[in-house]
Formats: sequence, structure tokens, C-alpha cells
Amino acid sequence: MKKDRIFWGTVAPLAAVVSSLFLVSIILILRGANPITIFQVMISYGFEPRNLVSELNQTVSYYLAGVAAAIGFKMLLFNIGIDGQYRMGAFFGAVVGAAVSLPPVLHVLLIVITAMLAGGLWAAIAGYLKVRRGVSEVISNIMLNFIAAAIIAFLLGEDLLGILPEGSQNVQTRPIPLSGQMPTFKLFDGEIYSFIFVAIFVGIAYWIMLNKTVFGFNLRATGLSFRAARSSGVNAPGMIFITTVLSGAIAGLVGLGTLLSDTHSYSMAFPSGFAFTGLSLALLGRNHPVGIFFAAFLWSFLERAAPVLEYEGVPPEIVIVMQGTIVLAIVVAYEVVARINLRQQQRAVGKANVELVKESK
Amino acid sequence: MGNILEVAGVEKKYPGVVANRDVSLLVREGSIHAIIGENGAGKSTLMKTLYGLIRPDAGSIKVFSKEVSLKSPQDAIALGIGMVHQHFKLADNATVLENVILGGEPSRFGFVIKYDEARKKLLEIAETYHLEIDPNESVANLGVGERQRVEIAKVLFRGAKILILDEPTAVLVPQEVTELFENLRELVDKGLTVLFISHKLDEVLSIADDITIMRQGTTVATKKPADTNKKELAELMVGGELPKPIPGVQNISEKSILSIKDAFYSRHDGREILHNLNLDLHGGEILGLAGVEGNGQSELIELIMGLLPATSGSVEVLGLDASTAHTKEIRNAGVAYIPQDRQRDGLLMSAPLWENRILGHQFAMPMARGMWVNKAAAAEDSKRVVEEFDVRTPGVNVLASALSGGNQQKFIVGRELSGDPKLIVAAQPTRGVDVGAQAIIWDHLMKARSAGAGVLLVSADLEELFSLSDRIAVIYGGTIVSILNPLKTTPEDLGLAMTGAKSA
Repeated sequence: MKKDRIFWGTVAPLAAVVSSLFLVSIILILRGANPITIFQVMISYGFEPRNLVSELNQTVSYYLAGVAAAIGFKMLLFNIGIDGQYRMGAFFGAVVGAAVSLPPVLHVLLIVITAMLAGGLWAAIAGYLKVRRGVSEVISNIMLNFIAAAIIAFLLGEDLLGILPEGSQNVQTRPIPLSGQMPTFKLFDGEIYSFIFVAIFVGIAYWIMLNKTVFGFNLRATGLSFRAARSSGVNAPGMIFITTVLSGAIAGLVGLGTLLSDTHSYSMAFPSGFAFTGLSLALLGRNHPVGIFFAAFLWSFLERAAPVLEYEGVPPEIVIVMQGTIVLAIVVAYEVVARINLRQQQRAVGKANVELVKESK
Repeated sequence: MGNILEVAGVEKKYPGVVANRDVSLLVREGSIHAIIGENGAGKSTLMKTLYGLIRPDAGSIKVFSKEVSLKSPQDAIALGIGMVHQHFKLADNATVLENVILGGEPSRFGFVIKYDEARKKLLEIAETYHLEIDPNESVANLGVGERQRVEIAKVLFRGAKILILDEPTAVLVPQEVTELFENLRELVDKGLTVLFISHKLDEVLSIADDITIMRQGTTVATKKPADTNKKELAELMVGGELPKPIPGVQNISEKSILSIKDAFYSRHDGREILHNLNLDLHGGEILGLAGVEGNGQSELIELIMGLLPATSGSVEVLGLDASTAHTKEIRNAGVAYIPQDRQRDGLLMSAPLWENRILGHQFAMPMARGMWVNKAAAAEDSKRVVEEFDVRTPGVNVLASALSGGNQQKFIVGRELSGDPKLIVAAQPTRGVDVGAQAIIWDHLMKARSAGAGVLLVSADLEELFSLSDRIAVIYGGTIVSILNPLKTTPEDLGLAMTGAKSA
């Protein structure tokens, strides 16, 4: 039974990726390009050591966004606010990190906790609105994303929390001192953020919390059936609120790899779009910590390998088409797998009935 | 009159399972023919075959003595076979008329719906068969019994001569059942034929002209009500003698474990649902709660479980104030809860059985150890429940949604009765389960009573109330109107009390 689950859990995302490759191949052929060559070029470029390094670093951010989205999905929450939560986390992490001086490990810890608090509290607004006022978290989160960006832009003013380094056009927060920075380590001739270990830890903690603890049971129960959870004694609205905050807290970590190991300050150059990516990755990875990792790596890989397509006369945007079709296909594939599963189980139940009847004769 | 429907040797196999085999059925024109059998005996498969939803692997079906092959419901409808499903398929936000014509709209040039003509036809049908319906009423405003009439009208509108009703009484209260039966009689008197599935033996004996019993996918016998009795039918259904509920020892304790005093409850919109309600339940007794659905039973249960706070008055459950205590505390104090809507309130449908075993017990040993879920204990105890309550499943990793309704219910009852609860709130504990399962559930409720637990038994099944209860409280208009002794009360008196008539 367990083997079955792993099999079906793997077949669906693979089917999605394969069908997406198939679709993209058709587009490439229509453009007169040879898909096999194109894929070969992408793979050999994407697996070059220096590219692997930046892919892995990107994977850290994507992975955390994916886990944040997955926590929400388990509660049937569509956390489109990951973008704003990540910004709040990275920004306040940077501000607090630059404002204090502490011993090395504690300093980093403080930044991490601040980022989680900022992300979590920002998400709490949407959580409160949903539980107490019945506002869809999608609507409030979209608004909150804009508000977060605007607040940060305001606070980054030079007379407030921002500075303009000499020779730069970009306002940023004051730099975090050395004690608040995280080291990188060498792999494939490059520098990998050691924040990757935090991401791995988050993945493991997420899995244990969800599958082994009473809290996780209550969370899943509420997501599966609000009413059944309530009848069983779970404070279901409370669970929705806490889950929202938890998802936001993880989202608050998304930008920290870059902040702690690379830029050491927050600026408007920090990328956006983590919400959609995170949701896609949670879907593709089936809310499973290992699945989300592969999904995050695939995304980073595709994005890193995209520019090389230009040399082959193919627009690099084909990668976005690929990502889009993968997400579309995965939704279909999971539905199909879920139905096959249920039918198999019903059959097994039917069989058991017949056997029971035979035994009793 | 001859046979309108002849089924011979019908067989339907699914990989690994035989759903129907060697099914034979003769239905006389103008008769009410009941099909009875346990959950999973193949009744629904047979009905779906007759309605063209399933194609049989072998056998023949003759309608009006003509061999037919039904490929889809459209074929069945064309032959005059209509089906009323157990779960109604009506659009809430449309009117009765719109629902009736939906999918078969009489139209001009294929797109202008001829409403007037349709309304006239529907009213004619209503007139002919004495179906009380208002074509212009919105379905959202209708009660269950009225919805069922709309479903029947819908089938008649399509020109059905044979009506198949899948467990039509499962959702109805006694008064509505009587009405339905009157309607069915009317239909048959006008020359139609009714085929109906049930597992309520009393009903079948009172309304049917012929009764066909199914067991393990096949038809085992056809009887006339005059030549048979409940015991024989039940034994034919289960293929042996029924387990009898042990009467149990009556040792009602002095202490009341549930005490409701002057409780009022009003909804947010101000509508008063419970009005000055008083109720006491002692350990070791089964207190039946009878009433027509919608008289405050659901709210009363939610009050006891701490899911709703009383507007005023006190609700004391095992010494806890249910208006302020959380459901979790109430459950931990030893209250078991068998909800009325099992799929929505009692189960995580897409979670495996062992996880469902934890549900409601996740705050205490042995299902939880501190902050950790104890999977081993849950799996182990699920196996015990499956065994003791005869839940038909190949294992405890199966999703709850894969089980049939009756087996889901057995699992819930088994789960709730574990851990020696002190108070059991059981809402419709045997609704929709077959006689075998019903006997098991009754037996366990009696055992719990003998062990000193108090049971609040909310039921629409009068037979259940009479066979189990030590006292029967009647709820009407949100208050307890009388408390009856089942030994000194007739079902007629109880029925009267349920409708609010002051009993002597």
C-alpha cells in the first residue's frame, strides 16, 4: 500500500513534466527547431558546475516559498500573499540585523526570528480577516502584497531606514555587520548559501509537524473537513488562523539566503513573484517536502538554462510556457490519480466483502 | 395484468468483484415492488442496470415483454423507466417548474422554452396523481418531502411508466413517509408501476405488493407481504438468524450526567430555535429523543457538544458548563458523539480509516502521546473496531470514502464507543444501515448502557426509540413537550406528540 502511494505520487508529476515536454516539442518543431537538440543544449548548460551553484541557491528561496504554500494548501488556503510576507520578512530582518550588534550565531538567529515574525504577522492580517470577517484570503493577500511593497518603499526613504551607497542608484537598508552574516561553502567551484541547511531543516520540521504531531493532525483534519474537525474538538477557526501565520512565517524566510550570504542588505532589487512560484511548486511537489525540493530545483534549472536558448534561435520565454504547461498538466494528473486510487480502494473493499461473505458460509 | 418488467440471469462483474449474478426479477404491471437487502447486496447495481447507467455482462431485460438493451438513461427514459435517486438532483436556485423540465425542455425552434405548455402539463400531472406541488415555488424553499415530490413529478413529466425509487424513505420523517406512500398508491392506482429499494422491513410490509430479497449480489426470493413476516425477511436478507440485542441490566444511577435547565437558543438572525428546554439524563439509561426533524434536535446536540453556546439557561455535561467549555474538554471528559451527518461531521472522507480512528480522540491517550500522534495505537485499535463492528474493509489504510455508508457508520459508532464513554450522544445511529449492522449497533449501545453510560438517542426511527429507550422525550418547537414511558406508549401516541398535539 505504501509502495503504491509512492508509485502514484511519482507517476503524476512525471506524467505532467513529460506531457509538458511533448507540448513544448510541438511548439519547437513548429518554429523549425529540433526539440532534441534544444533539450540537450539546455541540459548540458544547466548542469555546468557554475550554473548548478546558482540553481541551488535559487532552489533555497523557491523551496521555502513552496513549503509556505504547501502549509496553506493543507488548510485549503491559497496563500497568494507569500510575496508580501517574504518582503516584510527580508526587509525587517535586514533592518533589525543592521541595527544591533550581537555575537555571531545569536545575531543570525535574531534576524531569522525577526523575518519569521514579520512574515507571520503580515499574514496574520489576512488570517484575522478570513476567520473573523469571512474575507477570502486570496483577495486580502493580493491587497496586502501591494501594501507591503508600498510600506517598504516608503520606509526605504533616505531620511528613514534607507541609505544610498556611493556610486549606486539603488536605495537599500544599512548593511548587516559580519556577525549577522551567514557563510557560504564551496561546491562545484562556487559559493553555496549555508542557508540551504535552514531550508532542509524547515522541510524536515514541516513533515514531522504535519504527520507526527497532534497539531499537524488537527491542521490536516481542518483542511479536509472543517465541520468534522470542529465536531472532533478542534478549534477549527483558530487552526485556520494559526496555519495562515505559520505559512507567512515560512514565507518570511524566502529572501534570507540572499540577504544573509550575499547582499547583506535589502533593496528594491530583491525579486518578486514568489507567491505564484511557491504555489506552483507546492502543487507540483504535491505538498511533500521531497517533492517540493525536486520541483524547486526543476524551476531553478529551467530558469537558469533559459538564456542559452537564444543562441539556438529560440526565445527563452519557451521556459515559461513549459512551467505553465507543467502546472496545468499536474492539476489534471493528480485528479486522475486520485480517482484511480479511490476506484482501486473501492474495488478492494468490494473484494473484501465478497471474501467475508464466503468465509461466513 | 402481465409482467411489465422481466429480468433474467443478469450478471455484472467488476474486476475481482461480482456485483450482480443470476438476478431474476418479475415485476407485475401496476404493482409496488420492493427490493430489500443489506448494504452491498447489489440492489443499487441492479437499479442502475435497469436505468441504463450500468451495462450488464450477461442476462436479459424485457420491458413490456420485449427484449431491450439499455445503453444510457436516455434509452431507459424512452422506454418509460424513470429513476428517483436517493440524493436528490435538483437545482436549488431554480423553480419547481424549471427543475422539472431541466434537460427535457419543451421548446419552440429548439431554443424558446414553452413555459406555459410545460406548466400546464405539470399541473395536469400534479392533478392526476395528487402530487401537491407549486410550479412557481423556488426549490430552495422546499422541505425534503416536497423535494422528493418534485423528483417524482420530474420523472412523470418525462412519461415514465415504471418508477424506480432508491431508498425513498431514508431521508423522510414518519409523516412524510405516510404521504409518500399515499402518493405511491395513487400512482399505482393510475396504472403506473413502482419499484422501490428499502431496508426498512415495516415499510416494505405495509406498502409493497411484492417483495424481492437480494443477498450477496443475487435475488434469493420473492414474497408477498401476506405470506411473510419481518423475521423471515430479515433472515433472508442476512442469510441466517439475526443477532439479538441483549436486554442488558438496568442500573440507572441517581446522578444525572447531562442536565439542561431552562435553555434557550436563538440564531444570529434572531430566530428562536430552542425555547425553555429542560432535560435530564442519568448514567445507565437510554433517553430517546423523538421529534419531527427541524424542531431543534440538531441545535440541542450542538449545545451539548459545546459547538453552540446557549443564549440563556444552563447546559451541564458531566459537570462541565457546555456553554463555556470547549468541545475538546467535553470530549475529554468522556462524551462520545455520533453525528447525524456522518460524512460531513463524523469523518475525514479522504483520510485513511486509522486517521479517522484518531478523530475526536486526538487530545488524550492512547491516540495521542503528549504532542505526538500515536499511529501504532490508532492502527491497532482501528483493527479492533473493524473486527468488533463488522466493518467490511480490506484494511485500515483504506480511505473512508471507499467504504459504503453503512460501513462508515459502523466505524464511527465503533470509534465513539471506544474508551468507555460516560455519555453517548447518538444522532440517528442506524440511519441508512442494514438490519445486520443495526443489530450490532443496538447491541453495543445496550452494552454501554449496562456498563453505566448514559445515552441520548436522537432518532427518527420509532422502532429504534421503542426498542432501546428507557424514556422517550418528545421535542417540538424547540422544547420538550412530554416524556413518555415506552412500555406504556403506542407508536400512534408518540407520533401524535411529535406533531405537537397535547397528549392526555
